[in-house]
Amino acid sequence: MASQNLQSVPAELSPEELELERAGQANFDRIISEDSRIEPRDWMPEAYRKTLLRQISQHAHSEIIGMQPEANWITRAPSLKRKAILMAKVQDEAGHGLYLYSAAETLGQSRDKMMEDLIAGKARYSSIFNYPAVSWADMGAIGWLVDGAAICNQVPLCRASYGPYGRAMVRICKEESFHQRQGFEILLELSNGTEAQKQMAQDAVNRWYAPALMMFGPPDDDSPNSKQSMAWNIKRFSNDELRSRFVGMMVEQVKVLGLTLPDDQIRFNEETKKWEHGPLDWEEFKNVLAGKGPCNAQRLERRREAHDDGAWVREAAAEYARKQAEKEHAA
Amino acid sequence: MTAPENTQNPQNAENNTDFAIEGHGDISVGVKGAGASGDGSASATRITPGNALRPEDIALEVRKGQVKPNEDVAEYALRLGDDGLILAQRLGHWISRAPELEEDVALGNIALDQLGHARSFLTYAGAAWDKSEDDLAYFRREHEFRSAHLFEQPNGDFAVTIARQFIVSYYQFELYKRLTGSSDQTIAAIAAKALKEVDYHRDHSAQWVLRLDGGTEESRRRIVRAFKLVWPYVEELFEDDELTARLAETGAGVQPSSLRADFDQLTGEILAEGGLDEELALERIPQSLGGGRQGKHSEHLGYLLAEMQVLAREHPGASW
Amino acid sequence: MIPNDSPTDHPNAWPLWEVFVRSSRGLSHVHAGSLHAPDAAMALRNARDLYTRRNEGVSIWVVPADAISSSDPDSKGSFFESPQGKDYRHATYYTKSEGVKHL
Repeated sequence: MASQNLQSVPAELSPEELELERAGQANFDRIISEDSRIEPRDWMPEAYRKTLLRQISQHAHSEIIGMQPEANWITRAPSLKRKAILMAKVQDEAGHGLYLYSAAETLGQSRDKMMEDLIAGKARYSSIFNYPAVSWADMGAIGWLVDGAAICNQVPLCRASYGPYGRAMVRICKEESFHQRQGFEILLELSNGTEAQKQMAQDAVNRWYAPALMMFGPPDDDSPNSKQSMAWNIKRFSNDELRSRFVGMMVEQVKVLGLTLPDDQIRFNEETKKWEHGPLDWEEFKNVLAGKGPCNAQRLERRREAHDDGAWVREAAAEYARKQAEKEHAA
Repeated sequence: MTAPENTQNPQNAENNTDFAIEGHGDISVGVKGAGASGDGSASATRITPGNALRPEDIALEVRKGQVKPNEDVAEYALRLGDDGLILAQRLGHWISRAPELEEDVALGNIALDQLGHARSFLTYAGAAWDKSEDDLAYFRREHEFRSAHLFEQPNGDFAVTIARQFIVSYYQFELYKRLTGSSDQTIAAIAAKALKEVDYHRDHSAQWVLRLDGGTEESRRRIVRAFKLVWPYVEELFEDDELTARLAETGAGVQPSSLRADFDQLTGEILAEGGLDEELALERIPQSLGGGRQGKHSEHLGYLLAEMQVLAREHPGASW
Repeated sequence: MIPNDSPTDHPNAWPLWEVFVRSSRGLSHVHAGSLHAPDAAMALRNARDLYTRRNEGVSIWVVPADAISSSDPDSKGSFFESPQGKDYRHATYYTKSEGVKHL
């Protein structure tokens, strides 16, 4: 199992340490079997901690990088109402990244370290954000399809076995309740608008559909870590299960939009009681993940720039705080 | 103007839905005791839309013919609305580029507040000419905008944005404070809502001025440079003209010059705290001619509008 | 939250704060989450922007994460053992008076 590679087994343990490990593991196993929650200061297997740290930080990075394709349209939003909505949404994403970084920090890694890994290209984030948002309709498609897929993923994560992660997800899911709807309404408005607007909407749905489906991760038989994550109650449903549910929802919703999904193989399998879809280009998925997407370099550079440009501000505030503390101390 | 109609605020008392989320059903946390009422995780994330004046409320009153500004008040509302709109457009650029994530959220909040004020003022102004907020925002040309030059100044680095915001929010606070007593009920109502928000903008920018001033050598150098860059546009904010004179007469508006003493005193206190005032010698910084209220703008506004209006103008008459 | 466990590998990184929000008068402050801020004044403001932008609260506390002392989970329950079995602290223990009005 792949996750075992992560397990760092200390070379020598004293009998007392071994006993602590054994008791800790027993306690951990009991909590998981009772479907209760692990909290930051509980003993946990190193592999569990690393898996969580990787997943939560990737999730956080996705929120932060995911701000960019939408932030690019804030200044061009075609009505003031849409401008306000989009601003609030992108702002939420900063907040969500922040909640998730906080959750990851309880596992013992600082946000600065995570940010450093991100801008050094050492960390992953959802590959969908490496596609460009080229039209206003993309704001609709991102909200409807990308946030829709994210919500499908995230709702079960509210019950993740790691307390801080689950709590962060609750807050995020509540706040995101408007994200998907605003995207849907953008598309609905466009679809009922001029011919050019409708075309813009269909084009955006065509481009975002497959990447959105791939957000659920590789097919189950190609997702080696999934099983362990499910055993640990981090993940509650398999990639394919969630993807199938998502397709089922989209296929109904797209009718309301008066648009079509670019997939003529969608069907409900009466035997398995699951929705099926056409083949996805996993080669492309892997390529984009590996840095070959249209926007990988651009997204990282933008984050790096913001981080570097802000360095003097963070330093100034930290220095001011130090000086004030000294003053208080002297007084 | 009456209080915003409750029917327009979709949820008032009954919004404590805690774990029911519209759109995707109940969120189960799967933890015993994390029920819907009164307990920890629930109460810390209970969300409500609040109950404040929104641009949509004003639009509704306009449609119903309940409010309509006279020509002078409309022109005045246009000025106030344009100030907020142009600043929101500038601040919106920061979201995803701020020095720290917390600041992305903070600047986003300020941008949203400014945009909210702008929408209210523009909606009201438009009622005089049968135009919507979007007609005014997207289909006017550069010389038809009435914003003062300060608002269109580029973001620059964080120090420039903070210096600009510092001046703006202290000015707007004094302005809105007085406008809460405007004889025009709609102006008074918008100002009352805006006042509370701008009070926080004042605090936010003042906190940052103090930190950049008293932080590192670099931050001090940058905030000094920033104030030198934006201070030339202060005088224009406080210039009286025929319109403001007439409005002050009727009690609908105020003479901008009447705000200056309070503005100077309050900004002066903050700038004096770390000695910025002496280094800047503000009274010696030459003041720009201004002209924004008459549609004479700097070179910056054209670019700003080009970006803001491009999509709307590509599809005239379209609905979004 | 986990006091003391955030590595300070970045001298200018802002410290971690825990945020507690009172959602309405009469209720306790409840842990809402964490944030980074250079000092208490900014922590409060960041908390306002971050954790109350949907009217979630009427009052906020911020506490430096490293100022929080925590019970030791490694004591494996013994810390919380004492209250177990002391049912006489609870009204339900007193069965004979059940049904007596206003008691």
